[in-house]
Amino acid sequence: MAKKSTEKIMTEDSIDQAVTRIARQIVERNDGVDNVVIIGIRTRGAFLAERLRKTLEDISGNDLPVGIMDITFYRDDIQDKLDHPVVQKTEILFDIVDKIVVLVDDVLYTGRTVRAALDAIIDFGRPGAIQLAVLVDRGHRELPISADYAGKSVSTSAAERVEVHLKEHDGADEVIIDRSGRGGV
Amino acid sequence: MSLSIRHLLGLEGVSADDISMILDTAVSFKEVLSRKIPKVPTLRGITIVNLFYEPSTRTRISFELAEKRLSADTVNFSASGSSVSKGESLKDTVWNIEAMKIDMIVIRHGASGAPHYLTTCCQSTVINAGDGAHEHPTQGLLDMYTIREKYGRLEGLKVVIVGDIKHSRVARSNIWGLLTMGAQVSVCGPPTLLPVEMEKFGVRVFDDLDEALAGADVVNILRVQKERQKAGLLPSMREYSRYYGITKNKLKLLNDNFTIMHPGPMNRGVEISSEVAEGPYSVILPQVTNGVAVRMAVLYLLSGGKGKVYEE
Repeated sequence: MAKKSTEKIMTEDSIDQAVTRIARQIVERNDGVDNVVIIGIRTRGAFLAERLRKTLEDISGNDLPVGIMDITFYRDDIQDKLDHPVVQKTEILFDIVDKIVVLVDDVLYTGRTVRAALDAIIDFGRPGAIQLAVLVDRGHRELPISADYAGKSVSTSAAERVEVHLKEHDGADEVIIDRSGRGGV
Repeated sequence: MSLSIRHLLGLEGVSADDISMILDTAVSFKEVLSRKIPKVPTLRGITIVNLFYEPSTRTRISFELAEKRLSADTVNFSASGSSVSKGESLKDTVWNIEAMKIDMIVIRHGASGAPHYLTTCCQSTVINAGDGAHEHPTQGLLDMYTIREKYGRLEGLKVVIVGDIKHSRVARSNIWGLLTMGAQVSVCGPPTLLPVEMEKFGVRVFDDLDEALAGADVVNILRVQKERQKAGLLPSMREYSRYYGITKNKLKLLNDNFTIMHPGPMNRGVEISSEVAEGPYSVILPQVTNGVAVRMAVLYLLSGGKGKVYEE
């Protein structure tokens, strides 16, 4: 019998729990969050970054600065495309020099987006450290990059597609694997 | 998303969607310019030739900076000191430059239509940096960007362009762009410096400055092009200044929160008084700053697209 073409691998509750767990790990690893700032990669990483900020405030009492980053200008495939991705604004309104930057994205896949984001962050100044937090790590890395905090690790094939839906952008909280064969993030 | 044009030759006929996309993209580039390292790797590997057949300070430096901030490789060419002085034609010059593998050409030329001609005989993307009395589209775009930045819109604003409309490529690009974006455009100047049948463009035409300024939001003051005044179109600079110079006492005719613009270089005391040029309502230097961001947006949006179709 053919497999169902989509499968829900995270629900609203498990996404909540994942964000909370990542927040606790951030506090533990950095002995508090005094020197931590958060930067989310557009689009869904930015919403996750804001959720992480809220959770960290509940846990630690500190209201951490949150920035939003658009990595379009740093992509390595921009000249290959017929269409340019729509560029949105990057908003990092605080100093990152010597800070611990927690970089947040929804899905970690090839690692190319993170590579672009690392280059972009360094153009804002020299952070003390950069740590990577993702909701889903689906493997298939093409660069030597790994997540410091992952909400869920799943093994996938390249033909499958992992879709993160968040209330702020998609109306519901869920993570779905689409096996209809289109591939991509 | 991409522009529907492949070259930027003028703003005549460029759609509101295209203009909006350029202005929106420029907002992101302006943010890049405020960073500690104001440079992005976006156009790495792209080679751009700046072909300047006419003198230029602002536009040339602005394009060159925009290219460098995008990490493109740039080559500068000026007609003086090149084989043009040995009689080489524009076509041969460009063919030879293209044979060295380049991707984009930014051209300023004294002849109207020279950038358009280039598109017929070369493969590169062509950007007009001012051609004769025809158009100066990136100036039009940066003027619109500057107005939009202050008012949050272009639609419905009353913009008056004052000066030598006849010889001004800046005026033409502003008129086309602003009309497309829904602004109300008036022009004002001595009758000898107004093109005939200007009303057909959809602009209001005045030869009386006070009438033109009444109730306007933005005044864009053009430079009196001394080098083009040998034909006796103006009795004297002094007379021009008296009837068409913008001085402080003219400003009370304008709407509250008005804006003064000038594309430079200024003839202080002729078309604009020093007091007006340096007033808090003047955006003459912001225009220059925005020029780099707007040109980055144009270069970015016109580059690339040579490979596979984009999928996300």
